[in-house]
Amino acid sequence: MVEFALPKNSRVTRGRHYPAVEGATRTKTFKVYRYDPEGTENPRWDTYEVDLDKCGPMVLDVLFYIKNNMDPSLAFRRSCREGVCGSCAMNIGGRNTLACTHGWEEVPGKDVQISPLPHMPVVKDLVPDMTLFYAQYASIEPWLHTETPEPQKEWVQSPEDREKLDGLYECILCACCSTSCPSYWWNQEKYLGPAALLHAYRWLVDSRDEATGDRLDYLEDPFKLYRCHTIMNCAQVCPKGLNPAKAIQEVKKMLVDRVV
Amino acid sequence: MSPHLQVWRWHITMATSILHRATGVALYVGALIAAAWAIALANGPESYATFKSLLGSPLGKLVMFGLTVSFFYHLANGIRHLVWDTGHGLDVKSANFSAVVCLAFTVAASIAVWVIAAMTGAL
Repeated sequence: MVEFALPKNSRVTRGRHYPAVEGATRTKTFKVYRYDPEGTENPRWDTYEVDLDKCGPMVLDVLFYIKNNMDPSLAFRRSCREGVCGSCAMNIGGRNTLACTHGWEEVPGKDVQISPLPHMPVVKDLVPDMTLFYAQYASIEPWLHTETPEPQKEWVQSPEDREKLDGLYECILCACCSTSCPSYWWNQEKYLGPAALLHAYRWLVDSRDEATGDRLDYLEDPFKLYRCHTIMNCAQVCPKGLNPAKAIQEVKKMLVDRVV
Repeated sequence: MSPHLQVWRWHITMATSILHRATGVALYVGALIAAAWAIALANGPESYATFKSLLGSPLGKLVMFGLTVSFFYHLANGIRHLVWDTGHGLDVKSANFSAVVCLAFTVAASIAVWVIAAMTGAL
């Protein structure tokens, strides 16, 4: 359902201000979304004046600086700190990206605003609940389906067929794309979203997979697949430079090709 | 629920997408106006004169200009969608570029039609 405004209990109020530590000469203000699940209060924007001389170049460095020096209660996910794991996906300066690979200097404007991935249930602060997102990924059955007996060695694939998986297999399931998509915002219970659909195509186009028909049957649905209206936010924000919009279009083409 | 539209910094492709929907709705209303025009025409000279004066009023002209813009935008972006349906032009650079082309075409074509209309005395 399209709802432009946030529910009453999700409206973000003005929060606390944390001034820079004494002696800081070069500072930048970071406006961070805070939500405490144990309290009764609405989420709030806390502002932190960060000492840039004591802080690394990435937004993740800023979050660590805040947590270590200004406010230990700040919660966020992170792991690899090099764009491989996808844990630190969040909305930075109005766009979804990975905090670990996005420099704060790249964010336009005076202050940098950081909030969780958009239109998601929030567990705490910058940590969204990814349950539905993972369930959607599982629903496309992201593994090899075969009918022919298992070969003695491995399932072989020509280099040309292997190349078809380039631009698909690199997805790290950070959810930047799905949570950037207005269609996914309004219909996430029914629309699978760019990430799950990109993975669906990854298995459809795999020369070794033998369940193409079943996979297409599953996707042929006004909501699961066809809520994609080529808004292109997914491809615009993907931190790995992948193109879910294109993958979704290829799935639509496969569905047309099998009836004509 | 985390903020979405409230924080999002728009891409041009997002704007062209919602504009396609908006102009589509506008053209739906435009079709009703066209139908009303045909009904007024069939109803005789008096109704037709009333209809003409309505559309000829400043507000009527504004609506007609809006419909001109909607028509050309929806046409251009519709062709863009047809190209996408073939699987082409979906990389981010091409999509950004075609968005600008559609918007530029809309402005140019709408102005051209109204300039021609003014020059031929149709306004």
